[in-house]
Amino acid sequence: MTVKVMTSADVTKKVFNKEELFVLDVRNESDFNDWKIEGKNFDYLNVPYYELLDGVEGILEKLPSDKEILVVCAKEGSSVMVADMLSEAGLTVSYLKGGMKAWSEHLEPVKVGDLKDGGEIYQFVRIGKGCLSYMVVSNGEAALIDATRMIDIYLNFADSIGAKITHVFDTHLHADHISGGRQIAEKTSAIYWLPPKDATDVTFSYQPLEGGNDVTIGNATINIHAIYSPGHTIGSTSFVVDEQFLLSGDILFIDSIGRPDLAGMAEDWVSDLRETLYNRYRELSDELLVLPAHFMIMDELNDDGTVAEKLGTLFAKNHGLNIEDENEFRKLVTGNLPPQPHAYQEIRQTNMGKINPDEEKQREMEIGPNRCAVR
Amino acid sequence: MEISKVLDAKGLACPMPIVKTKKAMNELESGQILEIHTTDKGALNDLPAWAKSGGHEVVKQEEENEILKFWIKKA
Repeated sequence: MTVKVMTSADVTKKVFNKEELFVLDVRNESDFNDWKIEGKNFDYLNVPYYELLDGVEGILEKLPSDKEILVVCAKEGSSVMVADMLSEAGLTVSYLKGGMKAWSEHLEPVKVGDLKDGGEIYQFVRIGKGCLSYMVVSNGEAALIDATRMIDIYLNFADSIGAKITHVFDTHLHADHISGGRQIAEKTSAIYWLPPKDATDVTFSYQPLEGGNDVTIGNATINIHAIYSPGHTIGSTSFVVDEQFLLSGDILFIDSIGRPDLAGMAEDWVSDLRETLYNRYRELSDELLVLPAHFMIMDELNDDGTVAEKLGTLFAKNHGLNIEDENEFRKLVTGNLPPQPHAYQEIRQTNMGKINPDEEKQREMEIGPNRCAVR
Repeated sequence: MEISKVLDAKGLACPMPIVKTKKAMNELESGQILEIHTTDKGALNDLPAWAKSGGHEVVKQEEENEILKFWIKKA
């Protein structure tokens, strides 16, 4: 039968729509167990490609006849080989174009909402890695928040809606992915904002972002109000956009909260994290729509693919916001932490400008899930 | 260490390094050693895992100027 190609965008649609898919992942077992394509109604079979070199007969009976089958590998090559073999055996299957590398880099823009005086806010869902970035657009101007290194996607998107990027923000110094902020700012002559307390070691110049800073985008006076909210890093800063949206960075997620240990200061930052989540955020309106910088599990996605929830709802439902006892909270965020993101020290150094790995190396450093949260 | 064959798989992308390794291995006798050079980073995990699944032994492995080198003894 035939071999079809599925793109990361096609798979993203299936994730958003909670469709069924059978994923035959032919990477080695440890890579598969570490990180895979997640979908609510996806089923999986992991058989490394090098065990299929002599033929696919051994796995035919494990493959469903009533579901679409997607063969996945790291970069594409092995999945094409296996898909060809399955096709020769009479099956119709697809392979994932570009493999897990492409999956890791795919960004899906989704509109989150309208601004009060005209304009929109978009969320860029990095579905494979669980990273979220944002574009606030008003009157031909755009601000970017927590942009990834796939900068062309933002530049082209801004072009397509006729907006000029004038401000670029990072809520904190990222440890799980390489920021595209500085490069975008250079290309567009936008202002690049960073929290100074996270930027003490950076090798480039930036505009210091501090609590109380207000930035206006477009002439519709869209207000971006910065709130100092340490805990994940010492400089972590949240934003309230247009008095409607709370961009919470890596401090507060939908079903989890930020971990305080990625810059090596877990014990010191626990009380900052608690202060931010249990006091500072409580002074804000319950009606704010929380837009975090990450998600950890697909259950955190809404039906339209966005990752967003009202602050009041999170105060009621997010376990991390409902731990009365300080010691218990300390235990949750310092003990029993998930493994740290792959290459997180090198990623931090890249984001400081201290090292300049090439694109291939950057890809490799970012492989795997983000792991910025504790549940 | 006596090396019976050297396989140059540099510049080849996955799955070719392992496809070629497997082919080269077929031409060796049990106990003989194959030396493999590859630039495919995926081989770092995959080649030892493949060797293990076939019962072969990775006698040595090193990285030199972005080139991964493996020495595998046939089962």
